[in-house]
Amino acid sequence: MEPISTISSRTVVLPVSDVDTDQIIPARFLTTTSRDGLGKNLFADWRFAADGSPKNDFALNQPEAHGCSVLVAGRNFGCGSSREHAPWALLDYGIKAVISSEIADIFRSNSLKNGLLPVVVEQDLLEWLLSNPGINVELDIAASQLRLPDGRQVTYPIDDFARYCLLEGIDQLGFLRQHDNDISKFEESRSWTP
Amino acid sequence: MRTNDARTLYEKVWADHIVRPESAKTPAILYIDLHLIHEVTTPQAFTLLRELKLPLRRPDLTLGTMDHSTPTTPVGSLRDIAVVAEGAARQVAQMETNCRDFGLELHGFDSKHRGIVHVIGPELGATQPGKTIVCGDSHTSTHGAFGALAFGIGTTEVGHVMATQCLLQRKAKTLELDIRGALARGVTAKDVILAVIGQIGVDGGTGHVIEYRGDTISAMDMDQRMTVCNMSIEAGARAGMIAPDDTTFEYLHGRPSAPQGADWTAAVKRWRHLATDADAKYDKSISIDASTMQPMVTFGTNPGMVIGVNEPVPDRREPGFLKALDYMQITAGKPLSASAVDVVFIGSCTNSRLSDLQQAADILRGRHIADGVRMLVVPGSQQIKAEAEALGLDEVFRTAGAEWRESGCSMCLGMNGDTVDSGRLSVSTSNRNFEGRQGKGARTILASPSTAAASAVRGHVADPRPFL
Ligand code: SF4
Repeated sequence: MEPISTISSRTVVLPVSDVDTDQIIPARFLTTTSRDGLGKNLFADWRFAADGSPKNDFALNQPEAHGCSVLVAGRNFGCGSSREHAPWALLDYGIKAVISSEIADIFRSNSLKNGLLPVVVEQDLLEWLLSNPGINVELDIAASQLRLPDGRQVTYPIDDFARYCLLEGIDQLGFLRQHDNDISKFEESRSWTP
Repeated sequence: MRTNDARTLYEKVWADHIVRPESAKTPAILYIDLHLIHEVTTPQAFTLLRELKLPLRRPDLTLGTMDHSTPTTPVGSLRDIAVVAEGAARQVAQMETNCRDFGLELHGFDSKHRGIVHVIGPELGATQPGKTIVCGDSHTSTHGAFGALAFGIGTTEVGHVMATQCLLQRKAKTLELDIRGALARGVTAKDVILAVIGQIGVDGGTGHVIEYRGDTISAMDMDQRMTVCNMSIEAGARAGMIAPDDTTFEYLHGRPSAPQGADWTAAVKRWRHLATDADAKYDKSISIDASTMQPMVTFGTNPGMVIGVNEPVPDRREPGFLKALDYMQITAGKPLSASAVDVVFIGSCTNSRLSDLQQAADILRGRHIADGVRMLVVPGSQQIKAEAEALGLDEVFRTAGAEWRESGCSMCLGMNGDTVDSGRLSVSTSNRNFEGRQGKGARTILASPSTAAASAVRGHVADPRPFL
């Protein structure tokens, strides 16, 4: 994972609540055995018509959305299945952060492990962001802050360890493996074995 | 007053698996007792192990099957799968290679234990009270019905468990759902969980582990408890748990992977201590009256959009609500019985166990499905298939005009050749009615096996109670 410290981008806005991972990447694209190339199928059924042509009314297909790396979406983004293909598809497409007033647990955990930043804000602020698409925002990972063009600075919640891993580009497996001895000791000391 | 050591079921299982406690700076290291794996969410994790030249730490605590992308038509060879989809065939072939290379037990095509991962874990007795169980699949919550702490993880975490048998985790908050009252005739565990999600919302459990309690839950058999815990994720909770009791122990006794002999006695003694202590506190508690519940059906594009089977679809003006009705081609103010059904699916890790199939068969016996309806019945495992056939249920389904298939996820997610065509309306016993879940453009109504079977007979969404 590459270290990340700031993300600056215009926002692209998806004013839909409860966006589930089946929308982010439909199941028929899960037969892949690698992590790459999923971006072309991101939001496939919302982005493309039956003949494969782009649907003009979908947010990501607007000309202004081109090059945006911050996605603002309605409440409860990423609910549904545990498929890590969802953050893989978003990252492969070029999205680096998702802002919502609630982000589903497994999607959030999967995102952090791949360097996609989940940003949870208050519902009022989310509504403001949803009704002001295309503004420039800056995300400062070290400070856990979202900065808006009008000078507002909003602190968002993030687990300390997850933030550290993002800043250093560390993957968590390394940390677990450092505790190999503790794991062996635990296995030996249990009063019952599975 | 709360004594210091009063703990909930979740807190007990959590504490019993802490390798290294959490601090402000780092999450806890949590030990995993059982890792279930399937072909769709593991290939990239095996690739990681190979890249890092790491062995799989505990093959003995890892159990593999193939369920998601496998066809449910009889298959004898990989070539048969290639007929369904080339990608699926590659994935299945890789699963076989991976399990062989890393020394894992795989219930592959030739195994009589093959089936949906959340069906075979309990069926084999590998799912046990007090265990931590994970799988790269959000419906791992199913196993919580046994008093296990069971939750879905992503592929990166699948790799963590393969390499270290551990996960980095923050302790979740606890949500008590106290469900009371006897269920009316024709009302099933599926109706209970749909009603619960309708009440607390699709994000009502986010950040929490649910514990289901109350006399409604303790009266349920294990199949029903699994149906309830299965859909915890549809309420946003990562896990749902039920305290183990005699019903749990009776179910597990004698199963191949359950403890035997003196070990069994010791295990049951240990399991009896898992139930939440009398004065333990939950972060949040909700009481639910089940005595007035009816058979439930969804009408929208998430499992929280749910009504009683005869109730009119609510009329609301929010954009998301209107978008869902528009996708579903359903009119507000009318009951769903106004909508003609094209497909009926009985199956999935929510409702594919023997008692689910029996419920559907009870309605179909001596009847025929309506003209123009396609009905698929897909048992959750090869073992359930054999048990159902021994009871003659396959004949009941076939005579009624339904298709009887091999086990697998099938139409629950439509990545294995079993799909609902675009625009078609399906009544399904699965767990997700998201847009396109059963196939691109497919419209899904979630229901119990009884309601699904009644709808197949009538040709439109129908109340099962007049059939009983
Ligand atoms: S039956 Fe459906 S929900 Fe269950 S594991 Fe398979 S795809 Fe997932």
